[in-house]
Amino acid sequence: MPELAHAADRRDAAWWVDRAVRILVLAGGLSAIVFIAGIFVFITREGAGFVFDRFDFREFFGSPRWTPTSSHNPTYGALALIAGTASVTGLAMVVSVPFSLGAAIYIGEFATGRVRETLKVLVELLAAIPSVVWGFIGLSIMNPLIIQTFDVPVGLNVLNAGVILGLMAAPIMTTIAEDALKAVPDTYREAAEAMGATRWQVTFKVVLPAARNGLVAATLLGVGRGFGETMAVLMASGHSINLPTSPFDSVRALTATIAAELGETAAGSDHYGALFTLGIFLFLVTFAINFAADVFVRGGQRKHRRRGRRPAASANP
Amino acid sequence: MFEATAQNRRNRKVEGLFRLLFLWMTCMLILPVALILGVLIVRGGPAISWEFLFTQPINNMTAGGILPALVGTVWLVVVALIASVPVGVAAALYLSEYAPDNRLTRAINLAIINLAGVPSIVHALFGLGAFVIFFRFGTSILAASLTLAVMTLPVVIVATRESLQTVPLAFREACWNMGATRWQTIRKIVLPNAISGILTGVILEVSRTSGETAPIMFTGAAFFLPFLPQGVLDQTMAMSLHLFVISTQVPDVPEHMPFGVALVLISMVLAMNGISIAFRVYLRGRKKW
Amino acid sequence: MSVPVRVSEAAGFAIEVEDLAIGYHGKPALSGVTLQVPTQEIFGIIGPANSGKTSFLRAINRMDLMTAGMEVSGSVRVEGRDVRSWRNPYALRQRIGVVFPLPVGLPLTIYDNVALSSRLRGTRKKADLDVIVERCLRRAALWDEVKDRLDSLGSLLSGGQQQRLTIARALSQDPSILLLDEFSIAVDPVTTMRIEEVLAELKSEMTIVLVTNLVQQARRLASRTAFFLTGELVEVTETETMFEGGAQDPRTTAYVEGKFG
Repeated sequence: MPELAHAADRRDAAWWVDRAVRILVLAGGLSAIVFIAGIFVFITREGAGFVFDRFDFREFFGSPRWTPTSSHNPTYGALALIAGTASVTGLAMVVSVPFSLGAAIYIGEFATGRVRETLKVLVELLAAIPSVVWGFIGLSIMNPLIIQTFDVPVGLNVLNAGVILGLMAAPIMTTIAEDALKAVPDTYREAAEAMGATRWQVTFKVVLPAARNGLVAATLLGVGRGFGETMAVLMASGHSINLPTSPFDSVRALTATIAAELGETAAGSDHYGALFTLGIFLFLVTFAINFAADVFVRGGQRKHRRRGRRPAASANP
Repeated sequence: MFEATAQNRRNRKVEGLFRLLFLWMTCMLILPVALILGVLIVRGGPAISWEFLFTQPINNMTAGGILPALVGTVWLVVVALIASVPVGVAAALYLSEYAPDNRLTRAINLAIINLAGVPSIVHALFGLGAFVIFFRFGTSILAASLTLAVMTLPVVIVATRESLQTVPLAFREACWNMGATRWQTIRKIVLPNAISGILTGVILEVSRTSGETAPIMFTGAAFFLPFLPQGVLDQTMAMSLHLFVISTQVPDVPEHMPFGVALVLISMVLAMNGISIAFRVYLRGRKKW
Repeated sequence: MSVPVRVSEAAGFAIEVEDLAIGYHGKPALSGVTLQVPTQEIFGIIGPANSGKTSFLRAINRMDLMTAGMEVSGSVRVEGRDVRSWRNPYALRQRIGVVFPLPVGLPLTIYDNVALSSRLRGTRKKADLDVIVERCLRRAALWDEVKDRLDSLGSLLSGGQQQRLTIARALSQDPSILLLDEFSIAVDPVTTMRIEEVLAELKSEMTIVLVTNLVQQARRLASRTAFFLTGELVEVTETETMFEGGAQDPRTTAYVEGKFG
């Protein structure tokens, strides 16, 4: 008998193929890390010259003067660009967070069957509209609409870009928020309903608190999306350097600045390096936002798993 | 017998109100977009003709068609798919079928989330720094498509992983218990039952890729290039960039033209998504276990 | 770590387990199990839910390699050789057939379900496969019901049929050991009786470990029976002794008499 066992214990072709595939797919998985690291390395490589030679922390974050093309005294103050991005993103969130959460609650907790499926599909389709089309909508539809409605000279401003960005970010936030609601175990709802709570009581007192982490994550990802959006903001915000004081001021965003100016700079120049430095800043901020959102999502999942766990050491783990 | 108490009636009223409120909020997200689509169709529709789709632009892009942009977008999408689908499917297979629950796996997942979250313009900077300059591909379809591939990699990975996860663990365990290796199990059981879901993800990636603008601006897409690309090292026009260019950079473009381009672009994207969704619905209806 | 290949002193044991402990993510599920399963007999394992029976089976064919967080210590020898010394654990699993509590008809045709194992091992010829498929389906008492629709999906058969398909698939591996994990849970009593007859026949060819939730099933089939309780092996004795009131531990007697569990 033991000899028989021996004879069978060979590393046959199937074993080696499996080993080879394991290495191959591991390489695929590692590529994600390689790419994200590559992004950081390559934008840093192009921006490093500027960061070390010219970068002035106080000017970058403290001055609203972004005049890289000035021949005698170029300045690289990103404050106005940061303010532009922040104002547009902020308005977008004001518009879209309540509506996205409302839509997520309706789709996740109230709608049923066909209505629910249809709404989910519609939301998914909304998320698919390319940003350049959104920008074009801001430019050609929202712009005249704002000029007429509010009687202002220019319709490309914080309001326009904010609303466009809000509509863009909403589908993603709705989807993620709905996932978060779905992750709340049905036993919670059943327990509350068994005690005689109505649907909205269940939603407000039980489901929303339980899904809080996921909802925060959804909002954070919405912020990340708004912060990093390029074409739509470039086309709808007016693209002029301003510290905005009203929603009708035109502004300029960090992303839009890179998109608009990179084509006209010489590789290796200060201006070129400065644009890559903006890129590094964008990368770091979005990385932080995504990381935070991931922590919240994980926190939410762990919570439910701990509470909703089956009895210890289940037979089929 | 069960007489509605005042409390009960009030509860039901409040419930109805909330229901309406949330329904209204949902509609507020969807209706504006429906309106906008209507406007695009009304104002862009007249521009669309065989001639518009299949001829070169003329008179500094103020007249003529969009052929080079259409063909260019196809080039960009196809090359991006060739680059990203194998890598994305491999990554998803690793995460779904092989990966242990350890730090490396968590790092890969975090990297994927971040790849999806990094702004498109930062991807553009990366593509310029890496593919155009460092790897010396120049501004070319290759550089632009690789940039798009890196950017949309998470789409393939996430869709593939989800579709792999729909195959029940019990099937895998049954195979493993027979002495099948992980790869044999994947090939015989998992992939055949997940392939259509993967395809759905790929269609989704096509849609996403064809609409992207920022990542190709400095890596391979040209404003105006009145001939068709001959190979991956050529530059090309693209639908998305063309829309940006004729709506912001070129004076005296007749209004119907950018509307026409926008309509064609959005139709392409929505059609792709529609196919992907229809496919998914069809698959859900087909029971194999 | 190299484990010496040891010829078992008593060559009559198919499985020898020494001081086996199993945990999931650090939480113990089973500990301190030492027992021997003699060759070519039916070895019963009884015990209430969560007593570690399934974990025990999973340790025998090294499913700990495929299960996140499953930790195994102690030694499990199959046919005299420590399972952890196998360089190719897949080859080990090919020698061990497994039947699950819930039937698993793979989403392949009935024919492909049964032919899968042979195909994975390189049998390509249709004629050979035909023979294997028919033989295994016959032995699992399923042939007559499905012989006219071998190309329909195995995953769409009824529960009882799927369970016999699972058994046919396990037999197609030509195993020297067959592990059955509460196979009758999702099967009607008539089918259960038919499968039990099959098992009684099979024991002349292979060693069978029968984990069961039905104490009477163990009594009908097993020559020796082990009683597991909350992650512990309470005792192993001759089945007859156990059921005739000869158990050493009062908990065993209480369980087989249906006082708990």
